Amino acid sequence: MRALTWHGKHDVRVDTVDDPEILNPRDAIIKVTSTAICGSDLHLYDGYIPTMQAGDILGHEFMGEVVETGPKSTLKKGQRVVVPFTIACGSCYHCGKHQYSACDNANPADNQDIAQTLYGQPMSGLFGYSHMTGGYAGGQAEYVRVPFSDVGPIVIPDGIDDDKVLFLSDILPTGWQAAEFAQIEPGDTVAVWGCGPVGLFCVQSAFLMGAERVIAIDHFPRRLELAAKFGAETLNFEESKTYEALMQMTGGIGPDACIDAVGLEAHGLFVDNVWDQIKVSTFTGTDRTHSIRQAIIACRKGGRVSMPAVYGGFVDKFPLGAFMEKGLTLKTGQTHVQHYLPGLLAAIMEGKIDTTFLISHRMALSEAPEGYKIFHDHQNDVTKVVLKPGLDRVAA
Amino acid sequence: MADLRDDAPITTSKRSDRIIDATENLLEAKGHSLVGRSVTINRPRAELYAYWRDFTKLPSFMDNVERVDVVDDRTSHWVVKAPGGKTAEWDAVITEERPDELIAWASTEGADVPNSGRIDFRDAGDRGTVVTATILYDPPAGFIGKVIAKMFQREPAIQARRDLRRFKQLMETGEIATAARTHKQLKEEIA
Ligand SMILES: NC(=O)c1ccc[n+]([C@@H]2O[C@H](COP(=O)([O-])OP(=O)(O)OC[C@H]3O[C@@H](n4cnc5c(N)ncnc54)[C@H](O)[C@@H]3O)[C@@H](O)[C@H]2O)c1
Ligand SMILES: [Zn+2]
Ligand SMILES: [Zn+2]
Repeated sequence: MRALTWHGKHDVRVDTVDDPEILNPRDAIIKVTSTAICGSDLHLYDGYIPTMQAGDILGHEFMGEVVETGPKSTLKKGQRVVVPFTIACGSCYHCGKHQYSACDNANPADNQDIAQTLYGQPMSGLFGYSHMTGGYAGGQAEYVRVPFSDVGPIVIPDGIDDDKVLFLSDILPTGWQAAEFAQIEPGDTVAVWGCGPVGLFCVQSAFLMGAERVIAIDHFPRRLELAAKFGAETLNFEESKTYEALMQMTGGIGPDACIDAVGLEAHGLFVDNVWDQIKVSTFTGTDRTHSIRQAIIACRKGGRVSMPAVYGGFVDKFPLGAFMEKGLTLKTGQTHVQHYLPGLLAAIMEGKIDTTFLISHRMALSEAPEGYKIFHDHQNDVTKVVLKPGLDRVAA
Repeated sequence: MADLRDDAPITTSKRSDRIIDATENLLEAKGHSLVGRSVTINRPRAELYAYWRDFTKLPSFMDNVERVDVVDDRTSHWVVKAPGGKTAEWDAVITEERPDELIAWASTEGADVPNSGRIDFRDAGDRGTVVTATILYDPPAGFIGKVIAKMFQREPAIQARRDLRRFKQLMETGEIATAARTHKQLKEEIA
């Protein structure tokens, strides 16, 4: 089959590799119909995530048709499914608590060593996201082996377009969980750093959870415009001073909840960010963390900080004093996708959540390297790239 | 100075002389390197004990064990992968056994890798069972053997940690997680 493989910083290629096979009883093989490039994939593309190996197949946002099933799979051939990016067994202690991204068993035993050493305990497996999270081949391919297929994938009723449900695989539940972690109360003002796909779903979710105002922060006019469409007030950090603006917009109080949907590659010429960039490029630090610092400083006393954004390593100049003195709460984590699927699928079908607005580009799988390049270089216009392996089949 | 001893497991001690304490716990001690690991498994104690006590099944989750032959009620013969495509062999005798609770063993004279240890099964309420492995062993051919073993990841400490994880996977999910994509890759992984 054809698959998008990683070969190093800014080097991804479409290669021919062996087709996946059923290896365990609960496996299924999915023929991919739609698969998206994620902001998290850009962290891999930029070489920020350790334990990648040349030839790794990327992609963790995908859906498709069931073409083969193991004896213990509950799926049936021909069903259309969306696959969560977190791989979870469904039977361990954490899965029992619906903490699927903390699953004990989905990360192969040998790979767990890396995360155990770095983080103290290993996390679940993820599709297409380095060997620390299992080394599983991803979904930017024609076919994928999906382990624990009786737990993860959600069956999509006929007649609903791929584009409407694809984002159930990651960014929609991620935005939703981030808003939930912000423990929004009616009347709250919520500030969201980053108007990428995750931030934009945070905006929608925050309103659905009763926020009175949402302030969306970014520097790309096109992305801020999308946030405004959902009713957010916008703040362009290249035009205005973020902290000062937030304080005035909230009558000197600060936002009740702050969501960092930027992550370890924050943009901007802020003093601490420039310092971080120098450290990252000289290997004395690993993450650029401007947005989370700003969220903590801006947040009102006793407020909530939610951090869906991905960080991988160590940071310094973390405002621990402000965090403690103001009595803030911070909630974060990889998304427990499986937990949110039934509710969010229902919300999509009832028209309460719109997802298609996000897609700016649809491309064939063979064009994936170009897709990475434009998503990376032209973030203003390229809000989300969806790859359709079927377009290659038509062309062939 | 007051006694600095704490309640932490002996196998986590920073002091090398505490190996002696661990050794006292084993009815018969073979070997000088000590490994201790615990894992919590969401299954009843009796079920886990029964699976483990049938030694012929151990290779299903112990990647480096090629084969275990049961000789009689107390004796078994072990064939284990060693670095460089070789195997190490020994006979092991059960030194103590309490159903659903404890299995202790020691290798007999002439073992390629002298070893002894115990597997404890303890109730963990809603969370199932805590399985603790305590193993004493002599690294193959002394220090150099240990370095080589580590390079080939057949080092007993690493192996024990991974074996316990695989045991948990098998008992909780009915299968052992793999990121392989094809049968060929899976074979190469286990080899
Ligand atoms: N927790 C999870 O399970 C999970 C799942 C998916 C994605 N993520 C993470 O969420 C983050 C966002 O993902 P995405 O797909 O939306 O990424 P993205 O790269 O498309 O969007 C990030 C946005 O942040 C903006 N930005 C950069 N610096 C900023 C700053 N200083 N202040 C305000 N905005 C700034 C950028 O202009 C961009 O629009 C990433 O870190 C990603 O890895 C986490
Ligand atoms: Zn993603
Ligand atoms: Zn689990």
